[in-house]
Amino acid sequence: MYRYDEFDARFVRERVAQFRDQVARRLDGSLNEDEFKPLRLKNGVYLQLHAYMLRIAVPYGTLSSRQLRQLALIGEKYDRGYGHFTTRTNMQFNWPRLRDVPEILDLLADVEMHCIQTSGNCIRNVTADHFAGIAADEIEDPRPTAELIRQWSSFHPEFDYLPRKFKIAVTGAARDRAVVRAHDIGLRILRNAKGEIGYEVMVGGGLGRTPMIAKTIRGFLPKTDLLAYLEAVLRVYNLEGRRDNKYKARVKIMVHEIGAEEFARRVEAEFAQLDGPAIAADPQEVARIAAYFAPPAYETLPARSARFETAKAENRAFATWASVNLFPHKVPGYAAAVISLKGIGDAPGDITSEQMRVVADLAETYSLDELRITHAQNVVLPYVKKDDLFIIWQKLVDAGLATANAGLITDIIACPGLDYCSLATARSIPIAQALAHRFADEKRQLEIGELNIKISGCINACGHHHVGHIGILGLEKSGQESYQITLGGDATETAAIGEILGPGVPADDVPDAIERIVSVYLAHRTAGETFIEAVRRLGLAPFKAAFLEKTHAPA
Amino acid sequence: MPLLDRNGLKPDEWTISEDGTADAPRILVAFDHLKDALSGNGRGRRIGVTIANTLKSDALVPYLNDIDLVSIAFPSYGDGRGFSIAKQLRRAGFKGTLRASGPLIADQFAYALACGFDEIDLPQAQAARQPVEHWLKAAASISNTYQRGFGEQNILDARRAARLAGK
Ligand code: SF4
Repeated sequence: MYRYDEFDARFVRERVAQFRDQVARRLDGSLNEDEFKPLRLKNGVYLQLHAYMLRIAVPYGTLSSRQLRQLALIGEKYDRGYGHFTTRTNMQFNWPRLRDVPEILDLLADVEMHCIQTSGNCIRNVTADHFAGIAADEIEDPRPTAELIRQWSSFHPEFDYLPRKFKIAVTGAARDRAVVRAHDIGLRILRNAKGEIGYEVMVGGGLGRTPMIAKTIRGFLPKTDLLAYLEAVLRVYNLEGRRDNKYKARVKIMVHEIGAEEFARRVEAEFAQLDGPAIAADPQEVARIAAYFAPPAYETLPARSARFETAKAENRAFATWASVNLFPHKVPGYAAAVISLKGIGDAPGDITSEQMRVVADLAETYSLDELRITHAQNVVLPYVKKDDLFIIWQKLVDAGLATANAGLITDIIACPGLDYCSLATARSIPIAQALAHRFADEKRQLEIGELNIKISGCINACGHHHVGHIGILGLEKSGQESYQITLGGDATETAAIGEILGPGVPADDVPDAIERIVSVYLAHRTAGETFIEAVRRLGLAPFKAAFLEKTHAPA
Repeated sequence: MPLLDRNGLKPDEWTISEDGTADAPRILVAFDHLKDALSGNGRGRRIGVTIANTLKSDALVPYLNDIDLVSIAFPSYGDGRGFSIAKQLRRAGFKGTLRASGPLIADQFAYALACGFDEIDLPQAQAARQPVEHWLKAAASISNTYQRGFGEQNILDARRAARLAGK
């Protein structure tokens, strides 16, 4: 993974000193609260319901063992012994004190981490496919691109006061595991007819109150043009994006209002005036970054591991976990293991400091010292030898981290909701917990198969409910929580926004409502058909009928 | 209103004259009056223009050789359009003075300079709360950033130089 050189290290240290100074200027009154707010946000410090919250960047979801141990320490020393992974693969602490923040930043800088631009109206932490470098369907590893963008977007003098937040995601594979079409800019690495590698550039995706799927504005962008092209997109948006209404300020609204073609035309006109080579990173710099992501020294192993097969044969629980939580590795004899942070009854994405240490140790011993965070709020050990899987699983069992539900109905994405978030209109974590309990039975989960439920506690949609196969949006209706249920969302390369099934239901009725939807699927599916495939084939009607059946007798 | 550049506070030598009629050696006119002010400029006055941040930079391009200063309004510090306009004017070849006018905060000084601004024209109240030392300190707080084409130095070129020098 990427390591800081002297320039990166100095940059982050100076950023810490700068924030310290900003806090001091806020305290002595030279900055008023209005002026301080964007400065603290750009450093990941939110004022939440109960306390300040600190959001730490995990660029493109990659962490080393050492970094995770440092997060464990911070969780213990400055929080309540745990942290929370978000849908943008960042880590959030919900209880730090403002005066401790500079100290926490120092600890982060010690391990080459920071909170830069994890919030605010600027270019946010860049995300990428969590199976980067290991997926067989990959054309090129997206992480060097993501790292280049991380650096380029850090403290960009021109683009730090945008109309609204700006999120970029990169995938290098045919299968989109990074939800790139739900981002302000989505980049897909591809090969053109001549065999050259470049990017498909998609703009204007986003969830929130006006969910939109990004439109392609450039089918093939040569790699060397990346930074100049991004500069052109951001400049057009910075100059012409709406600033009159916060809810209409994302680039998706501009793309929608003027049309993708016109947006593309303006970007190309700006791009044509730029001196590309003067903006681009030179090839040696690109190569320098890419070298950090070169494939590790894999051992030559047989594809089949006798030890793994025997363990599966002898231990049903392990076999189940292995069938659900492993992702195929492009190198024979290896696998990527998903560690679910969705234990039944847990808050999705939460992890205790103790568990962080267990995971860090496992990564150090068995996964070349590296781990990944997924947008589904789970952790991945990316470079595991199949021979080692059984012992890893045993250690996960001891740590309460061996839930076999990756991609299943209880692998629920949920935002913090009303338990923590000051914008929330309803709770989301308790809904996730209730659903997890309802569908806890392992056999039943397996029978239902792949099904993503995503829950947001308000219209801002941090829980990505629009692109959940089943989406749940918590609203407030005359003082009562009311949950709106959507069906048919898709977060992959076939991205789609789910459709609303009917009127909202109270919290207590959510599990029954989901149950009825799932029953329709089980009753109508054909052999091997997944939930989302069945929804596409059957359409909304049968699900709607079942959903409405009981829900809305009396209002 | 207090004016500062990378060296600190400086006197403002420009006289605001929206319609361009003032008899002063340096006048700052509104964009709408720029054409008239320039065509009737037999008196050897220097002319600058104040623009809103909604003006397209293309609209100014025909005049760039004839004016000495462009003052771009920042209605609030959170509205970053002026940074992009400055960048475009520099690209179009404007060699005169670029002024950012409005309630910016000290922490934006480095950005303004990197985008091509020379000076900041601050409201009195802002300047009173944020003395010039804060601005100079803030401008120097991050010694080097990653973008090429913004200011004199950047990390990418520094790395390249280190490479060429054999590290
Ligand atoms: S979706 Fe709403 S409630 Fe949930 S984290 Fe985002 S802003 Fe908060």
